[in-house]
Amino acid sequence: MFDKEKWQEIFSSLKNNKMRTTLTVFGVFWGIFMLIIMLGLGMGFKSMIQEGFGDFATNSLLIWPQQTTKAYKGFPRNRRYMFTNEDVQTIKEKFPEIEFIAPKLRAFGSEGANNATRGTKTGAFSVEGTFPEYNLIDPSKIISGRFVNNVDIKEYKKVAVIGKYVKDVLFDKDENPIGEYIKINGIYFQVVGVLTKGASNISLGSDKDRSIVIPLTTFQKVYNRGNEVGFCAVTAVKEANIAQVQQKINTFLRSRHSIAPDDEQAVGGFNLAKEFKKIFKMITGIGILIWIVGTATLLAGVIGVSNIMLVVVKERTKEIGIQRALGATPFKIMNNIITEAIFLTASSGYMGIVLGVGVIELIKMIANNSGSDNPFFTHAGVNLNVALMALFILVIFGVFAGFIPAKRAISIKPIDALRDE
Amino acid sequence: MIELKGLHKSYITGNNKLHVLKGLDLIIEQGELISVMGSSGSGKSTLLNVLGILDSYDEGYYKLNNTLMNNLTEKKAAHYRNNMIGFVFQSFNLISFKNAMENVALPLYYQGVSRKKRNQIALEYLDRMGLKEWADHMPNELSGGQMQRVAIARSMISKPKVILADEPTGALDSTTSLEVMDLFREINSSGITIIIVTHEKDISEKTDRIIYLKDGIIESEFISKN
Repeated sequence: MFDKEKWQEIFSSLKNNKMRTTLTVFGVFWGIFMLIIMLGLGMGFKSMIQEGFGDFATNSLLIWPQQTTKAYKGFPRNRRYMFTNEDVQTIKEKFPEIEFIAPKLRAFGSEGANNATRGTKTGAFSVEGTFPEYNLIDPSKIISGRFVNNVDIKEYKKVAVIGKYVKDVLFDKDENPIGEYIKINGIYFQVVGVLTKGASNISLGSDKDRSIVIPLTTFQKVYNRGNEVGFCAVTAVKEANIAQVQQKINTFLRSRHSIAPDDEQAVGGFNLAKEFKKIFKMITGIGILIWIVGTATLLAGVIGVSNIMLVVVKERTKEIGIQRALGATPFKIMNNIITEAIFLTASSGYMGIVLGVGVIELIKMIANNSGSDNPFFTHAGVNLNVALMALFILVIFGVFAGFIPAKRAISIKPIDALRDE
Repeated sequence: MIELKGLHKSYITGNNKLHVLKGLDLIIEQGELISVMGSSGSGKSTLLNVLGILDSYDEGYYKLNNTLMNNLTEKKAAHYRNNMIGFVFQSFNLISFKNAMENVALPLYYQGVSRKKRNQIALEYLDRMGLKEWADHMPNELSGGQMQRVAIARSMISKPKVILADEPTGALDSTTSLEVMDLFREINSSGITIIIVTHEKDISEKTDRIIYLKDGIIESEFISKN
């Protein structure tokens, strides 16, 4: 490796053709530079998507009742029905693969009309009844106080967790809302907590900042909904296949509500896991695409190196002949040429990696300094493994770039090489 | 030392077959100083290439130091060239980016001798050529005669059995040519066989034995008066 004769030879041909060497090397440099930039921004893109998901339970499912589309057991088609508390309870007990099931009910007609008041302050908000488990599936950030709990559910407590915006509307700026009372549709509720949207950008239904959450059981009593439930959020344990869980629940609900077994439309559902998977697949796809495009660009550069090495071999034919007459083995000749190709690709590639990482870090620094919270820029980055991987690919490519010219060099017979003028 | 028997060699270029050596028999003893003469196309360069294991032959056999030189792998051929044969060329064939000392040391590099040691040996050989103070000079800073002396030093450094010289004086003026021939005689007196291919009569007359080639066979042979 640190063989002076060899490096003397390599540098002499590089030095004699500075312009040619520079142009050749630029191809590889540019290829790896682009690859690093794309990988760095790809990383930013990935974090942007992932941060968008936040702590939302990804292995989850939403179901809700819709109209039946088939007549069955004497019932006509287009029948409306609702899920019930008992449905939820039974599903929870019957299917062990379910981690959490959280039913939810929303007040109708809240849009437009003011439904919450406190003293002279009033506003129109979405009112939702739910279970404590809901906050485990689609987590909100609790700013102060607490979320709805099991005692609230059991004892039909008139407590409310209010969104941040609701608090701003109904309370003065430095007032502590916890323990205070607000009137929702004419009934007093005690505020026990303030919430805002969680880490996830996914929003199911209404804006959390503008909603009031009360215990489901209380909701059912206050709004006179009996034991009705609107829609349910379900999460499965990690090992379970959420699509199968959905099928099981649907079959169960159809039989319970006298719905035709083949009436797929009657139970509405949204498989979040499937959607998440699609997005993750897309991210992976983009990642693969980056590597393909990047390595292809790199390959173009490497072919340039290979090409120039062929020229170098041609120029050095006589010299190779002399070396062979003096006793250089074919291996030695090949070794020199391949080393030169590796040296060219690896050194230019190394510069590309360093500059690429530099540019990515610069973007990151500028984004951070300007206070940007866009993860596309602030989380852009190239990790060491990727850089090492790129360097490894370069060396492999270098070997390939040198191989054909080296083969060419030793295929020339020493005598022909010596005659070459 | 060198034994050729019924040696045939043809070159095939496209559809033409050029029969260059046509059953050549030759025996050269250890320590001989011999010259090969002949007009162009007589096969003298081909003979030298076969002797130098730079080229293969078709028929007959070639024994160097009682070893049959046939169907050698490139690696083996490189090994024999390196250990048994020294080359001197008409156009010197020094490596342009190496200085005189490094050029002389090159055969030892292929033997794996350490850099320090081979450069030291190279200096000794340059000293014998009277070129010690030129050791750091690059080939393009040397005169023709100096370059050829560097090349001769290079051919000797691996202590070969035989030195093959292809028109060694072809690019030199007559005074320098004679100096080079004196050098060859001196080297020869130390026991190394030297074969010189030339077409200059006054050069061949400096050798002990002259072989005339014509149309791929030995036409005549003389023992020189020296």
